[in-house]
Amino acid sequence: MFEKALEGSKRYWTWLIILAAISGIGTLYYLKQFQFGLGLTGLSRDVSWGLYIGQFTFLVGVAASAVMVVLPYYLHNYKVFGRITILGEFLAIPSVIMCMLFIFVDMGQPTRILNVLLHPTPRSVLFWDSVVLGGYLFLNLLVGWTVLHAEKKEIAPPKWIKPFIYLSIIWAPSIHTVTAFIYAGLPGRHFWLTAIMAARFLASAFSSGPALLIILAMIIRRYTKFDPGKEAIQALGKIVTYFMLTNVFFMCLELFTAFYSGIPGHQHPFKYLFTGLEGHGRLVPLMWTSAILAIFSLILLLNPATRKNERTLAVASAAVFISLWIEKGFGLIIGGFVPNPFEKVFEYWPTAPETIITIGVWATGFLILTILYKIATTVKQEVGESAHH
Amino acid sequence: MKRYVYIGIVAFIVIVTYPFWSAGKAKKPEPKLDTPEIQKLVEKKCVEPKEFMKREHMKLLNQWRDAALRDGTRVYVNSEGKEFTVSLQNTCMKCHSNKKKFCDECHNYAGVKPYCWDCHIAPKEEEGQI
Amino acid sequence: MKMNRRDFLKLTGTGTILGLAGLGLFERVTEEAIAAQFSKDAKALNAKRWAMIVDLRKFKTEEDYRRIINACHSVHNVPDFGNPKDEIKWLWTDTYEHSFPGQEHEFMPEWLEKKPIPLLCNHCANPPCVRVCPVKATFKSPDGITQQDYHRCIGCRFCMAACPYGARSFNWRDPRPFIKKTNNEFPTRTKGVVEKCNFCTERLAKGLKPACVEESNGALIFGDLMDPDSEVRQVLRKDFTIRRKAELGTQPSVFYIIGGSENV
Repeated sequence: MFEKALEGSKRYWTWLIILAAISGIGTLYYLKQFQFGLGLTGLSRDVSWGLYIGQFTFLVGVAASAVMVVLPYYLHNYKVFGRITILGEFLAIPSVIMCMLFIFVDMGQPTRILNVLLHPTPRSVLFWDSVVLGGYLFLNLLVGWTVLHAEKKEIAPPKWIKPFIYLSIIWAPSIHTVTAFIYAGLPGRHFWLTAIMAARFLASAFSSGPALLIILAMIIRRYTKFDPGKEAIQALGKIVTYFMLTNVFFMCLELFTAFYSGIPGHQHPFKYLFTGLEGHGRLVPLMWTSAILAIFSLILLLNPATRKNERTLAVASAAVFISLWIEKGFGLIIGGFVPNPFEKVFEYWPTAPETIITIGVWATGFLILTILYKIATTVKQEVGESAHH
Repeated sequence: MKRYVYIGIVAFIVIVTYPFWSAGKAKKPEPKLDTPEIQKLVEKKCVEPKEFMKREHMKLLNQWRDAALRDGTRVYVNSEGKEFTVSLQNTCMKCHSNKKKFCDECHNYAGVKPYCWDCHIAPKEEEGQI
Repeated sequence: MKMNRRDFLKLTGTGTILGLAGLGLFERVTEEAIAAQFSKDAKALNAKRWAMIVDLRKFKTEEDYRRIINACHSVHNVPDFGNPKDEIKWLWTDTYEHSFPGQEHEFMPEWLEKKPIPLLCNHCANPPCVRVCPVKATFKSPDGITQQDYHRCIGCRFCMAACPYGARSFNWRDPRPFIKKTNNEFPTRTKGVVEKCNFCTERLAKGLKPACVEESNGALIFGDLMDPDSEVRQVLRKDFTIRRKAELGTQPSVFYIIGGSENV
């Protein structure tokens, strides 16, 4: 099937070359970081994780969200999603790969990465995270490829794939739960020490992932001959609505506990993020952008007229995605470190090389995504055409 | 079409075998043992026999590393019952004070790059002495 | 035997994986080739759980702090970058408000507001850093010291997020150019690993007390918490002590005597 990725329009190749070039620039900067050390980033003794780990966390959610199309299709036989299930699975693959790349570029001693396997340590959540991420990548490759291959041959998918599909449905929430446990089990980080962290992660994942899928489905319809279907996009819109609502609700629960309890340590990170603390407020404009976009998206999503209108649905989806990218890909990590364990404020902001490396990883992810989607849409379109004849 | 396959196979073989035929005929270096510290020794013996050290020093060093740091046992009792402090910097390199000749030459020849000296401090040697 | 491209790829792929697995197994089997014996120095100081008491009453001048910090940082080749972003520290000071957050109040005596508190790794009996490390690079040794294995650390910095005491520093860049005077008896660190106070485990092995304790003129008391006759236990029986963030269940092994009006 891979041959489908090797023939395409001029636009397809130009797009691939642009992504490859950005990825290449990112790699060059990574080599510089490899040589100099992570001091090239804005990270410090006080804020020891930043943009890289934020992207990792956010993208685990995007990867997990594939279950939102896989589950209705395979467990509830929701036929409408038949056309986009593969898009969900093939979105999960580059997302997991990006997660792995972001972990890798964040490592101080990347050449020792195999130590995680040579000295397996089940008491560490990171050990489990590597297990679930690797497993999820394997499952999505296996299921996505096998089912698409069967479709290409216009036969039913082989029976042995069913258990793997069910496993992938259970596996998806597990990857994001384990990722939440990285944070939620640490004493002394007030912002992260919350029992609903995993629930918040899943809510934001199941809204930001399908929101991206809506946008991708619209792009595919515009630039390829394959149409994922209006009904499927509308169903995704409802999923985004419910989970975005849940996500904002969970955020309000956090605010209630922090502020009604009156415990200063629990309030400080929120104050730092939304109002600034002790005269430091670098993240305030970003966090308010996130909050306003969240409310704006909910207005569009809750109103049936604007949700059903594809143009406004697209705007709402973009708002959800950007809002949650700021909240989870940035604010969540920094809020855990500011103020520091001494209740002092030391701020963080990514440097230019750090940003370029981050963009490079995203470009690599989109490169893989483009290739996978090219294969999927070409196969779907060809099968569709032969069915019409 | 077939021509490309053959070209491909030839290119593959050339690339894969490159390290073997490009290496040239460098002379196999011998680790140099005549440092002032070794000359002063009455019994010129390392912690274990020379042949063993030549073949297994990397494993011994790994054992030493874990014994000292992870197990907290910092005395090595060798096959003859003699005791040594487990320390690369303070035992090994006190005798083998000629790191460039003793370590680097062989490692360069073998194309290995041990990470010892990223942290451990090499003995002071005169510049350009190799 | 006729084989199509797909089967060929499957076969060679499986072969490669099996081969690699075999090679890995072989490496593991041949790893331990030497039946060597290791033991401890007869002079070594031993304990079930090393602990420290910081007696603030005995810190009088700035020099008292400077001496212990210098002793620690120079013997362990701790670099000085001169900026808070790259900073690495094993032993340092901060105010009471920041050392014991939540314990301060607006009617505190002025001397306590200003008094620097020596801070270091607490060598917790229940350390979160050890729990989270994915490669056991940080681990508890049998004498209660929370150790860091720089050979194994992958630089993921999970331990830094986990430590509630800010005791851990990361080598954001090569530390060597920033070490003022190198101690040739002790290694430096390399970029990309986490480091912290090791309770002078290398000195204890030779029968010496930690460098800071030796320089403290009795202001730092060091001993075995599990030995009822040790000096630390005698002091703990006599004086009121507090520990940093003990409510987190980490069971710190560093105790503080704040003292009262004798500090004025």
